[in-house]
Amino acid sequence: MALLEVRDLSVSFARKGEPTVTAVDGISFDVQPGRTVGLVGESGCGKSVTSLAIMGLLPRRGTEVSGSVLFEGTDLLGLSQRDIEQRRGRDLGMVFQDPLSSLNPVVPIGLQVAEVIERHRGVPRRAAMSQARELLDRVGIPDPDRRLKEYSHQLSGGMRQRALIAMALACRPRLLIADEPTTALDVTIQAQILDLLTTLVADTGTALIMITHDLGVVAGMCDEVNVLYAGRVVERAERHELFAAPRHPYTAGLMASVPRLDSSGEQRLSPISGSVADNIPWEQGCAFCPRCSNALQLCGQATPEVEHTGDGRLLRCHNPVGEATPISVEGP
Amino acid sequence: MLPSTQRKQRIDELAETGPGPDAGVSLAASAWRRLRRNPVFLVGASIIGAFVLLALSSPLLAQHDPALRLLEDQVSRAQNEIPPPQPGFPLGGDQYGRPFLSRLLLGSQQTLLVAVMATVIGLGGGLTLGILAGAFGGWVDTLVMRVVDVMLSVPSLLLAVSIGALFAQQTQFTVILAVAIVQVPIFGRLLRGSMLAQRASDHVLAARALGVKERSVVFRHMLPNALGPVVVQSTLSLAVAIIDAAALSFLGLGSGDTSVPEWGQMLGSAQNFFDSHPQLAFWPAGCIILVALGFTLVGESLRDALDPKNRR
Ligand SMILES: Nc1ncnc2c1ncn2[C@@H]1O[C@H](COP(=O)(O)OP(=O)(O)OP(=O)(O)O)[C@@H](O)[C@H]1O
Ligand SMILES: [Mg+2]
Repeated sequence: MALLEVRDLSVSFARKGEPTVTAVDGISFDVQPGRTVGLVGESGCGKSVTSLAIMGLLPRRGTEVSGSVLFEGTDLLGLSQRDIEQRRGRDLGMVFQDPLSSLNPVVPIGLQVAEVIERHRGVPRRAAMSQARELLDRVGIPDPDRRLKEYSHQLSGGMRQRALIAMALACRPRLLIADEPTTALDVTIQAQILDLLTTLVADTGTALIMITHDLGVVAGMCDEVNVLYAGRVVERAERHELFAAPRHPYTAGLMASVPRLDSSGEQRLSPISGSVADNIPWEQGCAFCPRCSNALQLCGQATPEVEHTGDGRLLRCHNPVGEATPISVEGP
Repeated sequence: MLPSTQRKQRIDELAETGPGPDAGVSLAASAWRRLRRNPVFLVGASIIGAFVLLALSSPLLAQHDPALRLLEDQVSRAQNEIPPPQPGFPLGGDQYGRPFLSRLLLGSQQTLLVAVMATVIGLGGGLTLGILAGAFGGWVDTLVMRVVDVMLSVPSLLLAVSIGALFAQQTQFTVILAVAIVQVPIFGRLLRGSMLAQRASDHVLAARALGVKERSVVFRHMLPNALGPVVVQSTLSLAVAIIDAAALSFLGLGSGDTSVPEWGQMLGSAQNFFDSHPQLAFWPAGCIILVALGFTLVGESLRDALDPKNRR
């Protein structure tokens, strides 16, 4: 059984005097225990909203959530406020994008880590503090005894994210959601943090949902990838298969717009034309169609349905790459 | 007196001067660094320091019992005479022949007491309302804020006078209460604003994502980070409390018991002698103005120092 089954998850925001925004539009995906699953897509495609919905962290008012999020068979969306609160940090962990603003500025790091341990393990403060020390050590924070007493502004960006990872993994959750955990960090630190995540996740057998817009991150660590566009999954495949042969023109476009170190000779980067502002509503056709190099007339008239393409892959496209008009994309 | 909408705006602006992304200890540290070099702060702090020192040491400094009519024989109602300065009584006596300097010195105690008590009570009430509104949101918030806004729409002195007049008999305590109640909506609105800002902050979301209990989220993660503007307002409120208390006394709503001197009340009871003996009003009024100025200077410089826009 899958650890997490997200079924038809939709989230819309309704504000007084503003049109309803549907940020997530019927997303389904599974996460198997211990696997790393990527959610990839451009800014605004609903990645963060999806993760917040799974965690039950969306504001209650003005938010409409439908579908189901089964965690080991229990629908998280149906849980009471108290029950979901108990699961957060214990069964489900989350790491956010900006490590500086994600830490409480007036509470020492050690106490913030210990608070989580106290909360979920029910151990007294002293024991929690010594566990916190071990944790900081394990996530590679040098001189943990000193760092325990320090405040977030006294740490470097990389160390802050390490501390947040320590908190998220303090109670060995079975699922960790990392929402662009390296976007706010220096390039040199990014690799270290991703390394740390990969190691910890492998050591503890934690399943990981890796949210990113960076295909490099996906290529480095995900077992399976879901490509999101305008609140829907447009393609899903195992990592190797996806990189070997992207089928959705959007996926292909994303890959073509990433600079590659192993590309031989000169290869022009070709960013996807247009922006999300050009999208058409999914009800009218394919949201990506105005920006798509493969668009047919049909694409603007009929909504493409999800197809299971035999090899365990999933695709939502009328005219996939590599069928009628193949575009050559090199595999890794 | 500021119109009420302007006052609300001011409060809300103040709420926004709350901690930025790198707030907390770093904020306090850098604020202190800038404060130390700010002459406005230094002047204000010196005045407050002197005032507090005076209040604490006045029982030693005052040479006479302030309630005793030691110079009563020199008072003449008919000729409108009060005791002039003389050996042992550098400022002479008041209209009852009581030692004026001793009264002035000891008056600092009561004035400090009124200011601190009124601010503490106002702060307590305001914090309660602000926490309720900011932590729960929803209808609690709406209800609390309606009450607060109604109170804010009445000019503060008028409100204090109305509350003071409600009591059958005025004592020092009723003065404190009247002044304190006026402070409640200001602190309430202020704290609610910065609590709401905290509610939407990343670190509160991160704490929730770790399953931190709601109570702990409010008291450990939201409240300490929301207090910055409240600290500033408390300092300003001390000044306002002193002035409001003086105004109440002046309007005859002060404590009826004049054996314990208080500056506002001394000023109030000097009204009939403005023409003939202006010194009776001059000294307490001067003290009140100076002390209120001290608190205002410190409050304003604190606000500048805590304002993230001014950070370097
Ligand atoms: N609280 C909210 N109220 C209204 N709209 C919202 C809210 N939160 C998100 N949205 C909208 O939902 C859409 C998806 O947002 P989301 O944050 O999930 O994007 P994302 O994929 O995480 O992008 P990014 O890469 O920039 O983080 C956006 O169009 C955003 O404007
Ligand atoms: Mg996001």
